[in-house]
Amino acid sequence: MVLGTYKEALSARSTEQKILDVSQDGGIVSALLCYALDEGIIEGAVVAGTPDDDWRPIPTVVTSADEVIAAAGTKYSMSPTLSALKEATRQYGIEKLGVVATPCQTQGLRKAQAYPFTRFVAEKIKLIVGIYCMENFPMASLDTFATAKLGFDSLQDATKMDIGKGKFWLTKDGEDSGLAIKETHGYEQSGCNICMDYVAEWSDVSTGSVGSPDGWSTVLTRTDAGADVFKGAVDAGLIETKPMDDVKPGLPLLEKLAKGKKDKNGKVREERVKMGLSIPAEY
Amino acid sequence: MFDKLKKAFGGSDEPKAPKVEEKVEAAAPAAETKAPAEPKAASSKPRIGYIHLSGCTGDAMSLTENYDILSTVLTDMIDIVYGQTLVDKWIHGTYAEEMPEMDLCLIEGSVCLQDEHSVHELLEARKKSGLVAAFGSCAVTGCFTTFARGGQQAQPKHESFLPISSLIKVDLALPGCPVAPEVIAKAVVALCEGDLDYLQPAMDWASCDKGCGCDVLTGIVRQGLCTGCGTCALACPTRAMGFSEGRPSCDRDRCIKCGSCYLMCPRSWLPTSRIKKETGL
Repeated sequence: MVLGTYKEALSARSTEQKILDVSQDGGIVSALLCYALDEGIIEGAVVAGTPDDDWRPIPTVVTSADEVIAAAGTKYSMSPTLSALKEATRQYGIEKLGVVATPCQTQGLRKAQAYPFTRFVAEKIKLIVGIYCMENFPMASLDTFATAKLGFDSLQDATKMDIGKGKFWLTKDGEDSGLAIKETHGYEQSGCNICMDYVAEWSDVSTGSVGSPDGWSTVLTRTDAGADVFKGAVDAGLIETKPMDDVKPGLPLLEKLAKGKKDKNGKVREERVKMGLSIPAEY
Repeated sequence: MFDKLKKAFGGSDEPKAPKVEEKVEAAAPAAETKAPAEPKAASSKPRIGYIHLSGCTGDAMSLTENYDILSTVLTDMIDIVYGQTLVDKWIHGTYAEEMPEMDLCLIEGSVCLQDEHSVHELLEARKKSGLVAAFGSCAVTGCFTTFARGGQQAQPKHESFLPISSLIKVDLALPGCPVAPEVIAKAVVALCEGDLDYLQPAMDWASCDKGCGCDVLTGIVRQGLCTGCGTCALACPTRAMGFSEGRPSCDRDRCIKCGSCYLMCPRSWLPTSRIKKETGL
């Protein structure tokens, strides 16, 4: 299946204004973490924050709703999120841990669970909230988009960053500037070009904007753990939902992008093998 | 169950680049009839040995940290027939006059070339064991014993500490400094159930020469495979792995050459079938 195994697909949005004020789209990641923290399903989570408000992602351990909200919003550069799992489990002593993870990070987490070569960390991961991800950019690429391509003085002038409707968007003084996605091609990190996963297929629940209207997110519940947390947050009134069939552009767009990534990067993998370069060994 | 394992190992290839021709081999398939792994009618429990060479006993301690399964394993599932740390039965000790035959011998620690007892015990273990597992990074890669220089009391001559695969053929490698209790438990269960699929990465790792923070640079970053996910820094037991511009950067003064970073990187190998089985995804 092009979207991986999932139980339910829904369009969803947080009902809390203070989350929607800062979230990328429907605020689903923040709402789920806040709910899971409140209910004691997790005691803390590792997320990509940007504490200096400079768009540079820093792996951050959050243990309260305020900290979750402070770290909200997508960062389009690399965050070595898994490196903070040790801090979370050892310094913070968190026994039930949530992680917000891109597809590649989800693979690292699941591998660490299947082959727990690091003592007493993987067993503490109770919730993986996956985020859809097509590719990721070095900070210097983001600088290039802002300054050379969109005419900003500095990337720091941007108050919001987003990818949608075929464009890379930066917001400055309340005004949106868009850069055609094809202008960003060639600036993504190379490791993304062999990735076959757009929708975090191995997460407990995954979410992203594609498929849903502005201000809403598409949610795929995957494992029992993910479905339970999502249902709990909906039942608690923290998240409102609509059936995917009722929204535009709907699931077909998500499927198209997921398949596009698999097709394109599958070819890159084949090319690499032909050239004698390595790709991850599959077991 | 060990018969199945032995067959699999018997049929498996040698490491791609065997280092020495005269390497002591396991009882060859030709010698099947007297191979030590033939179960005796009296006991079907696998006979396990534990040899402690140059290591810190951390791996043995990790093994015993599996409190919840340890007594069942020791009482009902296996017989420890040889070992200095876990049972007092070893060549130089008070009990065993000679090394018994073993189905599986776990070897902790690297082998010191200048320590004739260690070398002898290792070579002997290969002859007496159906399977040899390098248990912990010292045995697999040499780990931090790599940095030994000799010139110290009580044995100034002891300076060369090698991965055990330098002297004998190794069937299974479980790296880690120390090897983590959870992965030991999963490997034990897999061994007892004959789950070769789970052990395949550990079998392949037996002939792997990776054991340094540099492996992540040469094998992943330089290959254009890194996504900066941070798993290598999670894996590193000494926090030698930092990140710069979304890429790992190894502090070589801190790296102990255990190999965990490359081992755990999702871009070195990915246990897709196992993950799907465990998560149902």
